[in-house]
Amino acid sequence: MNLINSNILTIVIFLPLAGAILLLFFPRRHRDIRYFALAVSLVTLLASLHLPWYLVRGQSGFQFEENIPWIAHPNIHYHLGIDGISMWLVILTTFLMPMCVLISWNSIGDRVKEFFILMLVLETAMIGVFVALDLFLFYFFWEATLIPMALIIGMYGHGRKIYASVKFFLYTMIASVFMLAAVIWLYARTGTFDFVDIQSKIQSGQVAGFEHAAFWLFLGFFVAFAVKVPLFPLHTWLPDAHVEAPTAGSVLLAAVLLKMGTYGLLRFNLGLFPDQSRRNAPWIIALAIIGIIYGALVAMIQPNIKRLVAYTSVSHLGFVVLGIFSFTQIGMDGAVYQMLSHGISTGALFMLLGMIYERRHTYDIGEYGGIATPMPVYATFFAFIMLSSVGLPLLNGFIGEFMVLSGAFQAKQLYGILAATGVIWSACYLLWMYQRVFYGTITNPANTSLRDLDARERVSLWPLAIAALVMGVAPMLWLHSIDPAVAATLRQFSSVVQAHAAHAPGSLLHADFVRNGVQAVLQVIGR
Amino acid sequence: MHLWIIPLLPLAGAAINGLLGKRFSRGLVSAIALGSTAAAFAMALWVAAQFIGLPPDQIPHIERYGTWLSAGLFSAEFGIYLDQLSLVMMLVVTGVGFLIHVYSVGYMEHEGGYYRYFSYLNLFMFFMLTLVLANNYLLMFVGWEGVGLASYLLIGFWFLKKSAADAGKKAFITNRVGDFGFLIALFLLIKHFGTLQYDSLWPLIGKYPAETAGAGLLTAIGLLMLVGATGKSAQIPLYVWLPDAMEGPTPVSALIHAATMVTAGVYMVARSHLVFNRAPDAAMAVAIIGTLTAIFAASIGIVQTDIKKVLAYSTISQLGYMFMACGVADYVGGIFHLVTHAFFKGLLFLAAGSVIHGLGGEQDMRNMGGLRKYLPYTFWCMTFATFAIAGIPPFAGFFSKDQILWAAWSGGYRVLWLIGIITAGMTSFYMFRLWFLTFFGEYRGQNPETARHGHDADAQPAGHTGAIHDAQDAHAGGGHGHGAPHESPWVMVVPLMILALLSLVGGWIGVPQALGGHNEIEHFLGPVLAADFPGVSRLAVPTSAQVAAAEAAAHREEIAELLFTGISVAVAVLGFLGAWFLYYKRPELPAKMAKAAGGLYTFVLDKYKVDELYGAVFIQPLIALSSTVFWKGIDRGLIDGAVDGSAAGAREVSDEMRHMQSGNIRSYAGWVAIGAAAVIAFMVWRGVR
Repeated sequence: MNLINSNILTIVIFLPLAGAILLLFFPRRHRDIRYFALAVSLVTLLASLHLPWYLVRGQSGFQFEENIPWIAHPNIHYHLGIDGISMWLVILTTFLMPMCVLISWNSIGDRVKEFFILMLVLETAMIGVFVALDLFLFYFFWEATLIPMALIIGMYGHGRKIYASVKFFLYTMIASVFMLAAVIWLYARTGTFDFVDIQSKIQSGQVAGFEHAAFWLFLGFFVAFAVKVPLFPLHTWLPDAHVEAPTAGSVLLAAVLLKMGTYGLLRFNLGLFPDQSRRNAPWIIALAIIGIIYGALVAMIQPNIKRLVAYTSVSHLGFVVLGIFSFTQIGMDGAVYQMLSHGISTGALFMLLGMIYERRHTYDIGEYGGIATPMPVYATFFAFIMLSSVGLPLLNGFIGEFMVLSGAFQAKQLYGILAATGVIWSACYLLWMYQRVFYGTITNPANTSLRDLDARERVSLWPLAIAALVMGVAPMLWLHSIDPAVAATLRQFSSVVQAHAAHAPGSLLHADFVRNGVQAVLQVIGR
Repeated sequence: MHLWIIPLLPLAGAAINGLLGKRFSRGLVSAIALGSTAAAFAMALWVAAQFIGLPPDQIPHIERYGTWLSAGLFSAEFGIYLDQLSLVMMLVVTGVGFLIHVYSVGYMEHEGGYYRYFSYLNLFMFFMLTLVLANNYLLMFVGWEGVGLASYLLIGFWFLKKSAADAGKKAFITNRVGDFGFLIALFLLIKHFGTLQYDSLWPLIGKYPAETAGAGLLTAIGLLMLVGATGKSAQIPLYVWLPDAMEGPTPVSALIHAATMVTAGVYMVARSHLVFNRAPDAAMAVAIIGTLTAIFAASIGIVQTDIKKVLAYSTISQLGYMFMACGVADYVGGIFHLVTHAFFKGLLFLAAGSVIHGLGGEQDMRNMGGLRKYLPYTFWCMTFATFAIAGIPPFAGFFSKDQILWAAWSGGYRVLWLIGIITAGMTSFYMFRLWFLTFFGEYRGQNPETARHGHDADAQPAGHTGAIHDAQDAHAGGGHGHGAPHESPWVMVVPLMILALLSLVGGWIGVPQALGGHNEIEHFLGPVLAADFPGVSRLAVPTSAQVAAAEAAAHREEIAELLFTGISVAVAVLGFLGAWFLYYKRPELPAKMAKAAGGLYTFVLDKYKVDELYGAVFIQPLIALSSTVFWKGIDRGLIDGAVDGSAAGAREVSDEMRHMQSGNIRSYAGWVAIGAAAVIAFMVWRGVR
């Protein structure tokens, strides 16, 4: 067992890459390629399930660690490890991959081999991002996700795919450079890329000149992650990338790639620069709350369904950022949970959109209407996933949203109040869209004979629907391991948080205002 | 007692019918739906029998089934909290719910999507039972949102019809506005008490002093809860969804939008009475909102011609009474009225449904009349219900309404009492108006031309698809003409009769002492709702002189109570006489009066144009803001303009890219690398300095 435990992360990371390499030598027979890609993704999923099974709950620090020198000069280590936060993001990635293969079964007809190779390479890179504990290794994987994703959008997308692909690439690439600069600065001062080493050196004050540079370092990491999240106003690459990307690309983009940003904020910005995180939290939270409301309102009026769902990501990821920077246990737990549940809900929504696109080749809401009549099964799946995204209790979305809002409210009441308007907006945009697409009589003759979901499509949706339900009913399955990991992260700057909490007494400004109003009414009534 | 079985039974029914019902016969679908509900009702009765035998120190009876979610110090569990209040609610929900399930079998007989209907209805039962049985606020919120979902699905059941889909969406979103307030109340509770479990919260809140001197935490919590309650229970200003909700099948209107779901707000306020007892301003707000809603909705109800719309506004108005009761701290009266209202309003809707069913979908009262000859059973059941809601003794509504009005007067809320008694007269008037218009006079529906002006005139032809083929409410005839009005089948009439009986005797559990009764409901609910907090006795042991004085005072009070009861009855009779005169004796008068009132009449008929107001003030500006300012202005113009501009006009770039894609990416990567070097140099330089 020790042998497995000490190598499992390497296995999980490189299984997809090995599959991709094997695919290179495959004959161009599409069926075989698809089945092989599916098999590889399933084996990776199975291998990754080793992690939650053998993770020791409540043990602080990283587990399943592997740490071997990779390059002597510069001092780069092949250092991997996970905690309760990153583990679930790895599982999210491996869980979604088989569904992404299934969803691409027929929709990718051209250059099939290259497509699945890119997908598997992308999987390796994504998992690598979540498990790397060496900053250089992390940066390597981080950039490595860019290329396959840009190619997937650029080669297999539709419409203005090149524009979208370049926009995606440049936006994230330029932003990443700031992180690279910060990483190099840290290396120059500490002589190591190791996250844990750097963290302890910073905390013990061994880094010369850190006080002066801290803000810029924080900002360097922050910009890279904020673009990825994406945080308002750095979000405009996302709708374009989503609309033009093929379905599997959209699913991975929304479900996993965006989480790399929030994961980075949580792990690196909070982990390395707790003081800067606290200082800069107000404006970051302001951006997050703007993102929640703004993303929802812009989503509401989109005429294109996929763009609509893309903007909902801006809104939902705003919750995650808000939770992280609330610096409360419940808020950060909620943020991690919201990352996972957004992956499930929005991933499923993009899959559903892909299915209708395969039939009608349009995302224009005006082209639809009355779809529930020819496609009742599709409509039911859509409604279910929509409700999970709206945050209906007993489904996954509610748990994360509730905990984030509760944490934000504890940090500062105004944060919680403003962000909680999100529960109204999400109902507005999704229900309105659902009505326009599914309800009413069919007005467009092209929709009268749409066929309902086939077996393959149902198979790819059921796991997500079940996951949405289980995550809503039994969140403790996840929170048991998330909670201690978040507690450990919080402990890193407990002193900072305590100072912060002392500044937030339970003021009730609003009650005074209400009281005056009530008293005025009382005098009229003469009580 | 394994109470978890009660909510899970209908959930199982919903799941089975929802997943497999398409392949089942209608008989099997009804058997599953009715069976699970009947079993839940039977078990509720058994639980009630057990509960009566419990010693007082074992009440509330709490069952815990494990943690639902926990983070840090906060945790919420799955658990059930059974006390007198939740017992009463459970019995009403399962009992009335079962009767309406039975009725639905007849009503929905000719409709497509039969399994879907019963699956939703069972789902509603599950969430409603979760709401009333939960042992913490978070689980209550689960039921709270869940019944909203069931309501959304059932209002929009005939989703081919745009008005139905619109109404469902409106209901859900309006409720979400209320839920926003409820959520903030929960956050305040978590922040200051660290828990949402009832049994942990009550002692903590019990230690709080009453906030008479100044508003504080509990006032804020109470007001926010009130916001939530105005959404779910359709009070001002969030009542607008309920009249539209009448787009749903009529049994749904009876169950969800009259008897049970809309009373959730009242239940929540009563459940939180410890908060409101300590927050007099919040309680006052509850009373004011309730009273204003009562008279406001009643005034609209007077002029409506759609039979279901009248009942919808009447529901809003009656819910207002319940809020008034809770606001003046007569929680027992509020719950008492909730119970009797569940009987008579459920019956009113079901009887109206029977009328609509018998007329093939007609809902406009101007096209009814004289129906007592055609639908005799329905007529008599409707009569019971009308007398009950109008407050004629000895029907149920009389006792509960009278208790509320007396509580308002004796509590010193004279203005509220006055508005309440005026509303009672209006209620009696518009209900007897409905009664006379529908069942008396001559049948006015033969003329096909007027018939087409009915509520569903704009609905598209039936028979569109196989699955959900019928968009029209109870369009039993399915396109070919509908014969003479006819009585409904037994499966619909028997539930009517049972509810009619309950509308008569249901009030006898609360006959006040002044009328020689024992007020059982007061004694039953008293320990939960009247007592402030178990263990905190507000009464010292009285001396004999005090006892004598108290008895004398009680005697005087009884006389006063009798007097006010007389006023109530007189007002109800007055309403009856008014309706009799205008709609039976001189039926040509109302039209003339309407003409004389002119603009005022149409203004009330248009529901004071509140929907239009909300549209102009909230919805239109929001859409304009999102579309023009946010999307086109900021997103497209400002941000993308900057991005595209700095990338030297991305559109041209993208055109070029089509020809030399990879080369360009590489050159850009080169620029990026140079930029990186510059940034690194800057930072190293800064660091060195």
